[in-house]
Amino acid sequence: MNNRIDLKFKKLNELNKKALITFVTAGDPNLETSYKVIEKMIAEGIDILEIGIPFSDPLAEGPTIEKASYRALESNTTTDDVFTLVKKIRKDYELPILLMLYVNLIYKYGIDKFMAKCGEAGVDGLIIPDLPIEEVQELKSNAANKNIYIINLVAPTTKDDRLLMIAKESEGFIYCVSSLGVTGERKEITTDLSDFYNRLRGITNLPLALGFGLSNKTQIDGLKGEWNGFIVGSAIVNIIAQYGIDSPSYVGEFIRSLKD
Amino acid sequence: MDRKFGEFGGQYVPETLMEALLDIEKAFLKYSKEPEFKSELKELYENVANRPSKLYYASEMTKDLGGAKIYLKREDLNHTGSHKINNVLGQMLLAKKMGKKKIICETGAGQHGVATATIAALFKMECHVFMGKEDVERQALNVFRMELLGAKVTSVDSGTGTLKDAVNEAFRQWTREVDDTYYLMGSVVGPHPYPVMVRDFQKIIGEEVREQILLTEGRLPDTIIACVGGGSNAIGIFHDFIKDEQVSLIGVEAAGQGIETDFHAATISKGSTGIFHGMKSKFLQDEYGKIMPVYSMSAGLDYPGIGPEHAYLYSIGRASYFPVTDEEAIVAFEYLSRMEGIIPAIESAHAIYYAMHLAKKMDKDKIIVVNLSGRGDKDVYQVAKFKGVEINEQ
Ligand SMILES: Cc1ncc(COP(=O)(O)O)c(C=O)c1O
Repeated sequence: MNNRIDLKFKKLNELNKKALITFVTAGDPNLETSYKVIEKMIAEGIDILEIGIPFSDPLAEGPTIEKASYRALESNTTTDDVFTLVKKIRKDYELPILLMLYVNLIYKYGIDKFMAKCGEAGVDGLIIPDLPIEEVQELKSNAANKNIYIINLVAPTTKDDRLLMIAKESEGFIYCVSSLGVTGERKEITTDLSDFYNRLRGITNLPLALGFGLSNKTQIDGLKGEWNGFIVGSAIVNIIAQYGIDSPSYVGEFIRSLKD
Repeated sequence: MDRKFGEFGGQYVPETLMEALLDIEKAFLKYSKEPEFKSELKELYENVANRPSKLYYASEMTKDLGGAKIYLKREDLNHTGSHKINNVLGQMLLAKKMGKKKIICETGAGQHGVATATIAALFKMECHVFMGKEDVERQALNVFRMELLGAKVTSVDSGTGTLKDAVNEAFRQWTREVDDTYYLMGSVVGPHPYPVMVRDFQKIIGEEVREQILLTEGRLPDTIIACVGGGSNAIGIFHDFIKDEQVSLIGVEAAGQGIETDFHAATISKGSTGIFHGMKSKFLQDEYGKIMPVYSMSAGLDYPGIGPEHAYLYSIGRASYFPVTDEEAIVAFEYLSRMEGIIPAIESAHAIYYAMHLAKKMDKDKIIVVNLSGRGDKDVYQVAKFKGVEINEQ
């Protein structure tokens, strides 16, 4: 069975293009707005959609996404609501959809039941920031049964032997964390990205997508390394924080500025 | 090294932190076996912490209750006023061996923060403490103590502004500066190797109790009681006795306004298995896995989880856990003050209350040891407020 993530990267590769992966927290400030923001982003040509499920204690998140999580919880957004949202998007669109969530949301929901719902809704992959390679096995077979990829993360702190171990276990693409710290915009990324890229490329043929702190086209164009994709989160969430239910058109404009 | 206690424990953290955790584990395995490390730590325990702490026979309390003999393990007499210093000395020594110069930590009541700031001053380490906004307010004295000792204190107002949020923020800060910073976790919680390591630095409590009680009573106690926040003072006194099946081990959780209300921190009584703060354990959470706000008047017990080893001891039936409310803790706080002339930490008062209740039901030839995890000076103002007494702070 083909996973949409593989198909997407294959196609982009043929076109010699990089993937634009964009993030939104479901239910921020409400589900209807999230749906409209997502439609806009798709209309502007994003390649992969990443939807965050809100959590009470998002400890890998900087203040921007943390606050989005709280806003979404304020509007009573649950995991089931997010499945409904994904289903609604899946009716009309074929782009790969990833869920970003903390492992407890899966564990408490029931691993089996969670993966079944993901399969039903049309989720292609999961990004779980608090699930390192050491703990991934517990979810892996359940996810694989439903053709859902668990997207592993690597960080600049990850040493070569560990990179190798993670790469071996990875599928779809590898989420490469640009720098130390939590999510959020950064004035400057100080990591030696060409070294980071080369270390990774030396051990894996999987697509490599870079995320954390990416906020505009000039910055992204200036990044070293032949990355296969870029993940933009906080910059979008900031627009939603500012414009609330009016944000869809502003997010659309922003996505266009990234594509130009 | 075993990463789990049965199904509990593990390392559920962002990848950015994994190499650091592996380094700490490696260093801990290496140094904790070395005779030189052991003797340095022993010397710190004795000269800095003031160990061994006394095992005090509470004769007045025993007489008054008319049941089992009650002994108090006087961790309140340690330097900085609680058991927290044992763990801090162990980890600070390890951090120094690892060449670290910057320490970060979380604190609830402020006891762990004060202990860390104290030893950081002694070791000439930079120290940054994260403390929930709520706790900064109810433990203002400890904030001042930490600053006096040269630490930087950051008040955390995200989430519920209590211990869990302080831990979140300490983790976030650690991912920013993980390359040169050591996270000095204050209880037997968090990702492996912390639950093992903190337990090993606290187990001295139980080892001393064994020696002391054998000397005075010629036998082991029947029951050991300790309060449980994350669970470090409890594991510290339990650990050496886990193999002695005849010794019953009792943890006391904070029931706040009552476990039938929404205002408590009784993780074992009311929680379920989940994954949070790097560990699989028991947590207070809703049906979707959202962590619930918790409440206890005691900042040190105001935590929605419990160390994985406790979840394990509970699951195999080796230890039992009971809830005690704010009001009951205050009864014990005043009781111990009047009866023995000892003002206990409000955390420890939870354990004292359970001992009062249990001792009456036990025969006179039985022995209870209660871990008096800390002294109560820090709580006097809050207890007065709870009772509606005005204290002029000047
Ligand atoms: C005196 C005292 N006892 C107990 C605790 C609870 O922590 P633990 O369960 O790790 O012993 C604290 C925490 O701040 C404390 O200060």
